[in-house]
Amino acid sequence: MTNNLRFKTSKFIDETYRVSFKFNNKTYFGFKGDTLASALLANGIHLVGRSFKYHRPRGIMTSGSEEPNAIIQLHDNSSRTEPNVRATEVEIYEGLVASSQNCWPSVNFDIGGINNLLSPILPAGFYYKTFMWPASFWEKYEYFIRKSAGLGKSPKVADPDIYEHKYIHCDVLVIGAGISGIMAAKMAAKNGFKTLLVDEKSYLGGSSIYDNSEFSKINNQLVSSWLEKEINEISKLENLEINTRTSVAAFHGYNFLLARENLTDHLPINQRENKVRQRLLKIRAKKVITATGSIERPLIFDNNDRPGIMLSSAIKKYIDLYGVACGENNILFTNNDTAYETAMSLIQRGIKINAIIDNREQIDSKISYEVEKNNIKIYKGYTVVDTYGYRRINKISIMKLSKDSQTVIGDKTKLNCDCLGISGGWTPAVHLFTQSGGKLKFREKDQVFIPNVYPSDQISIGSCNGDFGLEEIIKNTLSSIKKFLDIDNSEYKTVETISGLNQSKRNIWLLPSDKSIGKTKSFVDYQNDATAKDIKLALREGFRSIEHVKRYTTTGMGTDQGKLGNMHALGIISETAGTKMGEHGTTTFRPPYTPLTFGTIVGRNVGEFFDIFRRTPMHDWHVANNAEFENVGQWKRAWYYPKDNENMHQAVQRESKAARDSAGILDASTLGKIDIQGTDASEFLNRVYTNAWSKLAVGKCRYGLMLNEDGMVYDDGVTTRLGENHYIMTTTTGGAANVLGKLEDYLQTEWPELDVYLSSVTDHYATISVCGPNSKKIVSKVIPDLDFSDENFPHMSFKNAEIDNIKCRVMRISFTGEHSYEINIQANFGKSVWEKCMEAGKDFNITPYGTETMHLLRAEKGFIIVGQDTDATLTPIDLQMEWIVSKKKYDFIGKRSLYRSDTIREDRKQLVGLLTENPEEVLEEGAQIVADIKKSPIEMLGHVTSSYYSPNLKKSIALGVVKGGKNMLGQKLIIPMENKNINVTVADPVFFDKEGERLNAKL
Amino acid sequence: MFLINCPFCGEREQSEFKAGGEAHIVRPKQPTELSDDEWAEYLFMRKNIKGIQFERWNHVHGCRKWFNMVRDTSNDQIKAVYKMGEKPPVK
Ligand SMILES: [Zn+2]
Repeated sequence: MTNNLRFKTSKFIDETYRVSFKFNNKTYFGFKGDTLASALLANGIHLVGRSFKYHRPRGIMTSGSEEPNAIIQLHDNSSRTEPNVRATEVEIYEGLVASSQNCWPSVNFDIGGINNLLSPILPAGFYYKTFMWPASFWEKYEYFIRKSAGLGKSPKVADPDIYEHKYIHCDVLVIGAGISGIMAAKMAAKNGFKTLLVDEKSYLGGSSIYDNSEFSKINNQLVSSWLEKEINEISKLENLEINTRTSVAAFHGYNFLLARENLTDHLPINQRENKVRQRLLKIRAKKVITATGSIERPLIFDNNDRPGIMLSSAIKKYIDLYGVACGENNILFTNNDTAYETAMSLIQRGIKINAIIDNREQIDSKISYEVEKNNIKIYKGYTVVDTYGYRRINKISIMKLSKDSQTVIGDKTKLNCDCLGISGGWTPAVHLFTQSGGKLKFREKDQVFIPNVYPSDQISIGSCNGDFGLEEIIKNTLSSIKKFLDIDNSEYKTVETISGLNQSKRNIWLLPSDKSIGKTKSFVDYQNDATAKDIKLALREGFRSIEHVKRYTTTGMGTDQGKLGNMHALGIISETAGTKMGEHGTTTFRPPYTPLTFGTIVGRNVGEFFDIFRRTPMHDWHVANNAEFENVGQWKRAWYYPKDNENMHQAVQRESKAARDSAGILDASTLGKIDIQGTDASEFLNRVYTNAWSKLAVGKCRYGLMLNEDGMVYDDGVTTRLGENHYIMTTTTGGAANVLGKLEDYLQTEWPELDVYLSSVTDHYATISVCGPNSKKIVSKVIPDLDFSDENFPHMSFKNAEIDNIKCRVMRISFTGEHSYEINIQANFGKSVWEKCMEAGKDFNITPYGTETMHLLRAEKGFIIVGQDTDATLTPIDLQMEWIVSKKKYDFIGKRSLYRSDTIREDRKQLVGLLTENPEEVLEEGAQIVADIKKSPIEMLGHVTSSYYSPNLKKSIALGVVKGGKNMLGQKLIIPMENKNINVTVADPVFFDKEGERLNAKL
Repeated sequence: MFLINCPFCGEREQSEFKAGGEAHIVRPKQPTELSDDEWAEYLFMRKNIKGIQFERWNHVHGCRKWFNMVRDTSNDQIKAVYKMGEKPPVK
């Protein structure tokens, strides 16, 4: 690189491998090993985006996943385009394309920037206050808000990448491969624990891997050199698996964690083909060691958000790891010693430091003396009161702090700079710990929240546990891991450390200014543009709970969840409200720690793998015969079979007519089938169905209705007595699994004394229903050996039979009101028997029909469909089905509820038939039913549950539920629709063949 | 996600199980003898405690057995699991 911001120092940057990339349509160059942020900085670019509310120019602030400002759109205009990506985490590759978000027409000239000038009228809660009234104006407001705000663009076409999920079980999971994580992983793996070490970065070692300071040493070696040897050693351990580029997104109870592993995001697009892009790891760990480190705190002062203002630790990382200077004339502003490490890194490379502003009056550490020795002016007891420069900082002004830190005193001094490094100390990254249910405690000494109560077998070590000094980190890691893993051998003999830093700090949450607070913009949450002033306003308006202040001011509600500023928000709240820190608790940190892509979350469950499909044995026949399918639960059911250019209505009309005129055939294989055996099987059915079963003869079938204990209809179906102690129950297609579960529940928990065994046999049998006046002729041809005479085989009975030596069960039962037979045969013969029926029915125009025709035919007969005509609020009485409720039985599930004061009300919603005044008018299912359209408010009496045009009756028919409907026969009601009112008459729900003559007609 | 120690199968993922509400509510032997209020007590009234709660669970994607669990609802700690019909091992 030709510019003077790049230094040939870093072993992490491959200077022989130049990479070109595009940012905001301009081509730049970086090196392999760069992040997008480091490459931009090397090109002198700080300004990368605009803030969300005020559209203020914003620059790169950090060097990691905590970045609030440098969120960019990756891959312009492609199916891969991705919003809200942190430039600090993107590893550059040849051909990378990225652009700024939140700005129009460009990042350098942004129309929304006018919001910045309007900011006196954009206080906290502005959106709530302004746009609440009048409500009808919201649509207009929304248009403008959406146009000028918004976080990036979502892709408009399908994601071409592959994602997957992977389960991992391990003894020990170590999160974070900094110095303490590396040590913990080594101790665990060497002591026989199957260990997984993950880190979100592409390299191991955390910030210690580039710690080349003479002021921190381990066993008399540079920290980086010592750590490199450690990494080299653990990479050979058999018991240890190491996943880099792996970010733990969620830490749930019982040590269940979700992590996202990035596999191809760092590769040029053309090398990603057929590779998995991201993997969601579902980790169940016996023990978890959290070593997630800490995040440097910013300082809160007026105009602390200009491009060029960065965390001091980020400046250090850019120079030490990437060889990039963030500025040529730097100022560091701090309240603790860490900024002096940054200073030493800059000094070593001869990069100019104009001054150091330190809140502390007294500074007493080796490293600070060394910095002073290099003729760098340190302003002790000073604070920055303002900054200048629009697209890049160019000046600051400083003043002396009063003793009580409440005000500034003396003269204002202006200092030039092009980069300001700030350090407010460190915040332990306790996010994952609290996600897992851990409780924090507040440590007064240095104003941090640290882990206190662990909810599972886990431990936090290193700086995420509040250990900040090198000596403390190493000593405590060794002792606590030994105890945590219950091991004698720590694998470390003596570890001697020296450090030139001390841990003193002058913590001031909101730095004082010479201006009144109303005139300042001291950002607490950079991404959401929440300022100290906003928080104070929220408190003044009466908000006290941290969760309320958060929502009112939107502090911590961005994609970064306020990783930088949440502590300051808490501090300002407690200072303003006069309460103690820690009393308010913290806001809840929610998963994911950093945003996940949708691809990672869904993994392979896309397209045909989105959900399980269940196909009947005859499925291929339906496909070959042009069926349209409908999803019923997980089943694919044939819906209707359009011929030529028929639409759904035409096909259903034809199918319905054919079924009643001659013969129809239905694939009923999806109905739930439960095999019930045992000496108490009859007694069991007595208890679960509303009607009586003891007297049902072997070989007979009976319809049954099942209730919940609250008396509401739960399921229905025909059950056949196959033998003395053997029944087969059918359930609705959707209810099969739940009915089995319910029956098992009662058998196991309420009636364990009953000798009853249940098996689901739904998938074991194919069920073919042939109905219509010619059904008998057709099935007789298929099963010639069976006597189909009405005397031998009456309605509601069953016969064992054989088709080509294959056993089958034939039931004469009907859901259409037509004479019909149901053949149940071993599933793998389903298709061939179906084809036999089609062949046998050729001369009778046998017509395959789907679920839609089935629904129409049963509606003509007024047969309910549980779940369509019922919704768990209807009793059998409401459904006009008193006939099926046994008066004699002492008890059955739900019986007692049928005469509760609520269920005996006369004005309950009851099932009725509805006929339209105009017989051609078909009602909409779900439409409301009213009596008096002029009444205000209009009283809703009920709704339409099923509605069809009946080709057999040549008129529109419908079922519905209406309050007190049972006593409204013949009464006129109204269905109010958007453009008209439809007049209907309440009718008997049985529209067709009321006497049931067709069932018993001699054929 | 819990790890649940099914009394019949051993430790399994929570996703294999279904929760079934409060435990030790016995279905009245003679429902018809009960007043509306007494029946409602059985039918609707549940404690829903913050703290130690006795619950029914079903290993629905496993052995399909129902069993009881003692769980602290405030922190999701499972204190014990035991078979149907057995007395709770903790108070
Ligand atoms: Zn089990």
